[in-house]
Amino acid sequence: MSTLSIDHVSRWFGNVVAVNDITMTVGPGVTGLLGPNGAGKSTLINMMGGFLAPSTGTVTLDGQPVWRNEEIYRQIGIVPEREAMYDFLTGREFVVANAELHGLGAKAAARALATVEMEYAQDRKISTYSKGMRQRVKMASALVHDPSLLLLDEPFNGMDPRQRMQLMELLKRMGAEGCTVLFSSHILEEVEQLAAHIEVIVAGRHAASGDFRKIRRLMTDRPHRYLVRSSDDRTLAAALIADPSTSGIEVDLAEGALLIQAVDFGRFTALLPKVAREHGIRLLTVSPSDESLESVFSYLVAA
Amino acid sequence: MYDPTVARLTYRGLLGRRRALILGALPVLLIVISAVVRALTGADDQVAHDVLGGFALATMVPIIGVIAGTGAIGPEIDDGSVVYLLAKPVKRPTIIFTKLIVAIAVTMAFSALPTFIAGMILNGNGQQIAVAYTVAALVASIAYAALFLLLGTVSRHAVVFGLVYALVWEALFGSLVSGARTLSVQQWALAVAHKVSASSLVTSDVGLPTATVLLIAVTVAATWYAGQKLRALTLAGEE
Repeated sequence: MSTLSIDHVSRWFGNVVAVNDITMTVGPGVTGLLGPNGAGKSTLINMMGGFLAPSTGTVTLDGQPVWRNEEIYRQIGIVPEREAMYDFLTGREFVVANAELHGLGAKAAARALATVEMEYAQDRKISTYSKGMRQRVKMASALVHDPSLLLLDEPFNGMDPRQRMQLMELLKRMGAEGCTVLFSSHILEEVEQLAAHIEVIVAGRHAASGDFRKIRRLMTDRPHRYLVRSSDDRTLAAALIADPSTSGIEVDLAEGALLIQAVDFGRFTALLPKVAREHGIRLLTVSPSDESLESVFSYLVAA
Repeated sequence: MYDPTVARLTYRGLLGRRRALILGALPVLLIVISAVVRALTGADDQVAHDVLGGFALATMVPIIGVIAGTGAIGPEIDDGSVVYLLAKPVKRPTIIFTKLIVAIAVTMAFSALPTFIAGMILNGNGQQIAVAYTVAALVASIAYAALFLLLGTVSRHAVVFGLVYALVWEALFGSLVSGARTLSVQQWALAVAHKVSASSLVTSDVGLPTATVLLIAVTVAATWYAGQKLRALTLAGEE
């Protein structure tokens, strides 16, 4: 059981602040590090993994500093985002080499390859692997010494749905067995499926922390904006504004559409088709106009 | 201090198909030139001295040193795969020392051995010229490998800087500015070669004590510093 502590950590590159005064504790179980691209997730993971010195603050694992401490890697397993991984080796040779560097042998490597179900392709050169296969071999190399802390940077990138599910199950199992697992992602649904606890990073700052459901509620309770086109926009607008789930409607003449601001996401999504049916209105377009992750995250930061 | 796994990964990376071809090209060229020269001029000590001193030691050895020294670590740092070495409980100086041994071995194999063969072809080791230049190539391999391994650790443009040092500093300045010769691996190696072979044709601008001290100092300092730099190596994120 390991606990990773990030204490008032900042990191800047020249004038650019990549990570801004973040404090968090990551304990056993699966934690998702969520944030849009460029939010500072990789910088933070690099500092957690001891590959980047914080400009200020400290990163410790069970009280031991992570930076400039080779011995700490007896406890840490790392799955980097970058693809490069000694492509001239076979998968088995690569994992065996990783095991040997931990003072272990081919047995540990075989077990790790079996865990990620890569035995069938272990004797092929890594250069011939698909992205998902590379990801699994990277995973095997990180698991070979049974680490108590596993750090994964965007581990689901490039994986097909089946591989994604397998990796999720593996990470869940490791979390349940007491391993401290932290993975980064910019995809809400990935984090939702895997992590009960999430840390949200936006623009280098720690935007939210805690139980996923709580944060999800924060995300879904924010005002949602929709663009709706129908066979009778004005009648639809009149019917919708009568309901408290809608806080404002604008008739956009240029677009020939309604811009609707809903304050109760759940109620509004149930109301819209019902109202349309009751008034004999055909819905031609219903599209959320601010569903980008960035807008969701910006809302969280402001909240 | 020496890790066989790091060594295996390093030499397999170094002797990958493309790099092995580049490493092999110059020695083949040296041997071909030597064969042609021998066929045209017959066995001539002065010619042997010119070819081995002018091409083998002044050009081929440093270039092979650049390829092997920077190639032992530079590509791993550039593409980020060094993370798999660094995320292990292996001391950074052990990684550097092991890579140095591999770089030295590869530089020696691709420079000293062909130098000896070329020397034998050129004049059958007359006046000990083949042995002298082989010794010089062996000695220079150690210092070049250490210097260029350090360069590969600290710079992303290690090959360019290495070639500039090898070709501009050693070859050009060395022949024009006498002071530059004192700070030349090539001259240090020649000083050792002169002592070992006792060949009158193989001479150096640097005395043996100075050369020995500088060779050891540069090799040890470069290796130590590379170890320190690797300890604090920063892997920037892709953001």
